[in-house]
Amino acid sequence: MTVTEQQRQLAPVLRAYAVLALFIALKAVGNLSLAWGMKHFPQVMSASPLPYLHAMLDPFVALGIVALILALLTRMALFSLADLSFVLPVTAVGYIIAAFLGKTFLHETVTAQRWTGTLLIVVGAALVGSGAHKTELEIE
Amino acid sequence: MRWILVGIMVAATVASDLLQSYEMKRAGEHSVSARGLVRLLGTIVQRRYLILAIVCMAVSFFSFMALVQAEPLSFAVPASAASFIFETLLAKLVLREHVGVRRAAGALIVLCGVVLVGE
Repeated sequence: MTVTEQQRQLAPVLRAYAVLALFIALKAVGNLSLAWGMKHFPQVMSASPLPYLHAMLDPFVALGIVALILALLTRMALFSLADLSFVLPVTAVGYIIAAFLGKTFLHETVTAQRWTGTLLIVVGAALVGSGAHKTELEIE
Repeated sequence: MRWILVGIMVAATVASDLLQSYEMKRAGEHSVSARGLVRLLGTIVQRRYLILAIVCMAVSFFSFMALVQAEPLSFAVPASAASFIFETLLAKLVLREHVGVRRAAGALIVLCGVVLVGE
């Protein structure tokens, strides 16, 4: 196999990993920015939609929303490049990243119990995702 | 209050995902190309369950906004994984999908994780 052929075969795999990295980064930035903006927003959220619309004008909240929308679109693109059984388990790492960002940038206290719970969620989500591709509609 | 918000967020996410899954299976396969996305927009406008799914998605997002304002991010994001438990259960009961042992075990492990994260 020539180097060019190897490169051609590797290209889709590298593209999938690049889109995956972009999705994880966008999700992390989106969650952090949204949380930062909401925690510094003076008005407390209620059942009325007005405070939510008002909060969306906050630059950090707006950045968070844009990043999360882009993450959603990137995830759709990722599904066209990779199987659900690959995407769900790998993207579950986002739960750990969220806990890490909360601890580092928002100075949250993350106890050993919460880390353990988060790790269990990642393992559980990976198992749910790895079994998802085998689902079939049952014929009655 | 934290569990009420988690409950609303998870219920809205699960409802949205179930409605999308049910309606998209009826609508047939869509590609992720530019033409496919335009066709998808057309499908959304024509199918009321997809519009309802978007409303549920918005409710879920607003609940998440309220949750991250009052609670730590390290709780809010992992707690949102509780949707896996109900989606697995309802995929079996409502969508009549086959749920294998691995998937069921995964949902149970997520449940244990959510309990630990919330305590």
